[in-house]
Amino acid sequence: MLNLLGRRSVILIVLAVMMAVLPLLFPSSYYFRVASLVWVSALAAIGLNILMGKAGQVSLGHAGFFGIGAYAVAIGPAHLGLNALLAVLVGALLSAVLAFLVGRPILRLKGHYLAIATLGLGVLVAMVITTESGWTGGPDGMPVPKLSLFGWRVSGSTTWYWITAGLLLIGTWFALNLDDTPTGRAFRALHDSEVAARTAGVHVERFKLQAFVIAAVYASVAGSALAMMNGFVNPDQAGFLHSVELVTMVVLGGLGSIVGSIVGAAVLVVLPQLLTVFQDYEHFLLGLIIIVSMIFMRDGMVPMLAKLARRARS
Amino acid sequence: MAHYTHVLRSVAVGATALALSSFSLMHAALAASTIKLGSVLSITGPASFLGDPEDKTLKMYVDKINAAGGVDGQKIELVVYDDGGDANKARTFATRLVEDDKVVAMIGGSTTGTTMAMIPVFEEAQIPFISFAGAVEIIDPVRKYVFKTPHTDKMACEKIFENIKARKFTKVAMISGTDGFGSSMRAQCLKVAPNYGVSIVAEETYGPRDSDMTAQLTKIKNTAGVEAVVNPGFGQGPAIVTRNYAQLGMSSTPLYQSHGVASKSFIELAGPAAEGVRLPAAALLVADKLPDNDPQKKVVTDYKKTYEDATKQPVSTFGGHAYDGLYILIDAMKRAKSTDPKKVRDEIETTKGFVGTGGIVTMSPTDHLGLDLSAFRMLEVKNGDWTLVQPGS
Repeated sequence: MLNLLGRRSVILIVLAVMMAVLPLLFPSSYYFRVASLVWVSALAAIGLNILMGKAGQVSLGHAGFFGIGAYAVAIGPAHLGLNALLAVLVGALLSAVLAFLVGRPILRLKGHYLAIATLGLGVLVAMVITTESGWTGGPDGMPVPKLSLFGWRVSGSTTWYWITAGLLLIGTWFALNLDDTPTGRAFRALHDSEVAARTAGVHVERFKLQAFVIAAVYASVAGSALAMMNGFVNPDQAGFLHSVELVTMVVLGGLGSIVGSIVGAAVLVVLPQLLTVFQDYEHFLLGLIIIVSMIFMRDGMVPMLAKLARRARS
Repeated sequence: MAHYTHVLRSVAVGATALALSSFSLMHAALAASTIKLGSVLSITGPASFLGDPEDKTLKMYVDKINAAGGVDGQKIELVVYDDGGDANKARTFATRLVEDDKVVAMIGGSTTGTTMAMIPVFEEAQIPFISFAGAVEIIDPVRKYVFKTPHTDKMACEKIFENIKARKFTKVAMISGTDGFGSSMRAQCLKVAPNYGVSIVAEETYGPRDSDMTAQLTKIKNTAGVEAVVNPGFGQGPAIVTRNYAQLGMSSTPLYQSHGVASKSFIELAGPAAEGVRLPAAALLVADKLPDNDPQKKVVTDYKKTYEDATKQPVSTFGGHAYDGLYILIDAMKRAKSTDPKKVRDEIETTKGFVGTGGIVTMSPTDHLGLDLSAFRMLEVKNGDWTLVQPGS
């Protein structure tokens, strides 16, 4: 049965069923809020995973694109009179263009140098957002007008749960399908060995750039969704710590594993909520759990569990 | 073999779902005879200097109130979450307090950023929210359910310019930090300066992590006719400004700092350069030096003693904001003889003559702060300590 449907469909179906069933277990809209946060973070993490896990390039400034998306839906309607949905597209387009322009030079760098260059990009975006207070409200942030679709004002945790769930499904579907396209294969070739990929005729620069642009668009859309859901944005969302959080989600869940990114996002969003019962030890435990899981599950949670399963079988 | 992997992947995802649903179990319903108050504070992270004393103050005084029998015989149960200074987390915790913990009132919100992010949650749920954050945007425009206890940066500007006016200065230079505090206060100062006949003749800024402001100060020094310099900012920036100011030999021109650095550590950081620096601050900072007939004397000395005895740490005005918030709320509940959020809200709004650490609070439907300029005292650093500046000098 599973073989008949294929790997991708199974993942998508499981995800969709889970999204549909979870609300039945939720006692209050607070759970919808937490779940929506998981979906949004997972969306950004999946995008980053395409860049990091598939194409093998690191980005330590990815929250910059998240911030562009978030501020697009804040500034667009407030200052430019844009429709909110149009603002999401404008944000995504802006992120794509920025990724394209900046990616061309910096993706020629490798390893630590690339990490620093992307980090710089993220910091720059956060700085612009913080200092241009006339447009962005400065360090204290600014309100985001409620999204309205054909006269229907979108609000409430439940509504946003379904919207973010839908976005994540689309994002997952796209990322899973990418695997089996020539682009996806080129990404994997790049990941394994740049020299070999080049020798085999892969246009290395072009595919790196493509992965970077795709990752930027994912982050931007996730940023827009979170901003509209919160009704408020502030520069933290574009900040370095958020970039690190996204990278952690990807690495913790498993580099290259799309399901891993969802799991990674879920762990990093839900765990702090669970750990509040430990009060003062909350951060200590969070750090401990992450350290221990990285030591014992070096490939990330999902690939490691998959490996264990294979071993158990053979 | 391959599809085994996929099943396992699904199991991993399923486990997450379980984790999500299991925390409903961790919050079993509590006895109905308690009053549940919520708080979201930045206890860790970059704003922990705000959240930490606030957290300690709230817990300490809630224990005190409970030991004395609670409010009208009902014990208070305080739920505190740490947002780490992250507005997005604060928003989630706010939702949790309203939806899951079902609190009847909210006291907290350490920073303007976290407060602004939480406001929509409490406005929508119609639960009173008393914030401990500084900026004036929180209560201007007035929101039905939102109040705050700390003075605003606008009042600090007014207090400074009032003093500048009393000294018959009209030409002022400003050097501001570009962090949230500095940029917000800078904007407020520029707005109110004309009301005091003050013109800003030079304006410089510095970044929150800059380690030298000599260049900006030299520019101010070379501007003709500057009679006083105002430095809106907090953290280490103002201490560096103060040191550079003395190094450049500018000390003959009065330097005004903001309430943002109203703590002993500023004097320690700036060293002898701090001599003669003036700043507006809450009475709490000079509790021991207040004259005995000062209406705030008893409250601030009691709070200072209680806090310092319990924590062995020097008192800060931030913890004082939490004290004020808690007691404004408790008083309102006693007056309302109810914990119904709507009735409590109405009573908070009629708070009259409440003597807190931050000043004497009298709220109204158009004023959800309730402090006037008398809440600030103008202080001057003399011999490495704060002294009260006599009015008119």
